[in-house]
Amino acid sequence: MSTLTDLYTHGFWRRVGAMIRKEFIQLRRDRITFATMITIPLIQLVLFGYAINTTPRDLPTAVLLQESSDVGRSILKSLENTRYFKVTHQVRDSETFDRLLASGSVLFGIEIPTGFERALRRGDRPALLVAADATDPVAAGSALGALGQLVQTALQNDHAIPATTASAFEIRQHARYNPAGRTQLNIVPGLLGTILTLTMLIFTALSVTRETERGTMESLLSMPITPLEIMLGKIAPYVLVGFMQAALILVAGVVLFDVPIVGNLFLLATLTTLFVATNLSFGYTFSTLAQNQLQAIQMSMMFFLPNLLLSGFMFPFAGMPVWAQWVGESLPLTHYLRIVRAIMLKGSTLMDLHYDALVLAGLMLVAMSIAVTRFRRTLD
Amino acid sequence: MNAVADIAIDVHGLTKRFNGLVAVHDLSMQVRRGLIYGFLGPNGSGKTTTIRMLCGLLTPDEGEGTCLGYDIRTETDKIKSQVGYMTQRFSLYDDLSVVENLEFVARLYGMPDPRGAAQAMIERLGLQQRGTQLAGTLSGGWKQRLALGACTLPNPQLLLLDEPTAGVDPRARREFWNEIHALAGEGLTVLVSTHYMDEAERCHEIAYIATGELLTHGTVHDVIADSRLVTYNVTGDGLAKLAGELAARKGVDMVAPFGASLHVSGRDAAALEAAIAPYRKSKSLRWEHSEPSLEDVFIELMGRDRSGKPDRTKTKTQ
Repeated sequence: MSTLTDLYTHGFWRRVGAMIRKEFIQLRRDRITFATMITIPLIQLVLFGYAINTTPRDLPTAVLLQESSDVGRSILKSLENTRYFKVTHQVRDSETFDRLLASGSVLFGIEIPTGFERALRRGDRPALLVAADATDPVAAGSALGALGQLVQTALQNDHAIPATTASAFEIRQHARYNPAGRTQLNIVPGLLGTILTLTMLIFTALSVTRETERGTMESLLSMPITPLEIMLGKIAPYVLVGFMQAALILVAGVVLFDVPIVGNLFLLATLTTLFVATNLSFGYTFSTLAQNQLQAIQMSMMFFLPNLLLSGFMFPFAGMPVWAQWVGESLPLTHYLRIVRAIMLKGSTLMDLHYDALVLAGLMLVAMSIAVTRFRRTLD
Repeated sequence: MNAVADIAIDVHGLTKRFNGLVAVHDLSMQVRRGLIYGFLGPNGSGKTTTIRMLCGLLTPDEGEGTCLGYDIRTETDKIKSQVGYMTQRFSLYDDLSVVENLEFVARLYGMPDPRGAAQAMIERLGLQQRGTQLAGTLSGGWKQRLALGACTLPNPQLLLLDEPTAGVDPRARREFWNEIHALAGEGLTVLVSTHYMDEAERCHEIAYIATGELLTHGTVHDVIADSRLVTYNVTGDGLAKLAGELAARKGVDMVAPFGASLHVSGRDAAALEAAIAPYRKSKSLRWEHSEPSLEDVFIELMGRDRSGKPDRTKTKTQ
């Protein structure tokens, strides 16, 4: 007891100091870690600081004009003048209108029904139909809020309606695919993608560096096995693990939060497997680039953060500047989010989603090619 | 073809640098098939680097050669399929059992019956009791046997063993060497690096490497004879003081204490005789002319290398 007391009273700070000193020396030796500690916060701060905007802009919008009138043109113009909406499609029939929403080509559909102008002039308070893709509630919410005032002002300015009229028409909103506006319906599919990204990255990010650090890499390299074989052998088991993890999250989502799966379960399973494999490939690539496990973890985190913040999971994709949207387009989670929300909530088919599926497959192949070519076959 | 078939390792002018530091310099060596070839030298002399260049794990900066008839630069895949390499540090999977490790190796080499091959190896190694034990929990001696088993499992033609007996007790070392001789008897070529002189004497041929250069090679007898070292064994009183005095004298190239005696050696017999003449008259010392041991030769080679004197054997190995 007394020796323990002695130990704590004599030279306590000296020993703590020795430990601190040693840690600093080791930190300084690991150049890459040291560099990331300084550059990563700066890069991430600048990247996300400029990219993230909670007010969406230029939301892709389809307009279904069922009559050709001054009022219709006036509404169209006012929509285009705002920064919220960007009319990307003008359609004539409701089938095309529905398909654009289902495929995710547009987030909004504004329908000006037949006889709208006449009813307006008669003061009948006609309805302007607004369909919003509520699978992305953040984007839909604020734009919907702005829409009413916007159209009203535009019509008054164009003298289509008297300025004194408080509310000449009614806006009938329809939050498609999530009529009750339940948060879980959007969060659960998003979380599925986010959780899978994180766990899959870590699984494989450590796989090569661990062999190097434990010394098993030297004997592995001296045996007749190629980099491609090593990679496929290391990724395959975790595809199964990821698949089971996805199934678990989905079952929990259905049971606990009553999230529907409207679309084809087989398609969802197939594309989820593709997404899992893509993330595993990225993790594996980091593992071949990193010199130790710490660096591999740091690279994974560097990759995970933009996935989380620029994919449209936390902040509306449409709100980001174009360059940030391009960054987002190169991240697996962006595409998987579109896929999983579309299949689960809208019942979309592979026809609607083939672009995102192809990008996922492309990203996977790019990551795998880097991993195979960068894999060090010798100890040089 | 016959000449190639007879020689397992044939390399010329191998040079390897790491960040500008020369690890191996202009190294040439030939190893005949079926031999146990000892690779000796102090720590950091380039033994591991040389072995790694032979099995394709490192690419030489200069020089070329063949291993089992395959080019060490361009045919590393073929070399890997026929060479068993036992690393200095235990490099099997700690968290796999003995059986699982062996089966993994058997499968990588595409052996037809991995389970059967692993089981047969376990019996050969005498590891029956420990088949399901995790490799990481084995003692040093057992780990080393398992590692040897793993690299001989795919029936290689050449074994490269990098300090296989470092940190292993004498009995395990003896059993290990019996196993190596048994393997050589079956026709395997074995290149083994070591620090131990007694192990060097169990090799058919040896090579000595220091600071990346091959200084001498041949049978143990050849190496001792080639050194032209003349050695005296001195016993008596005040040896520590004597050692200091002798080392300073011209003609004495090496003084090394061996237990209760002192080995005094010189390359030039006449100069050595002259140097020790005053001490030979002393009544308290007993001088005996003796055969230099391999250790005397190596210590002398190491000393010569450090002192930077030109060495005669270098031209011979080229």
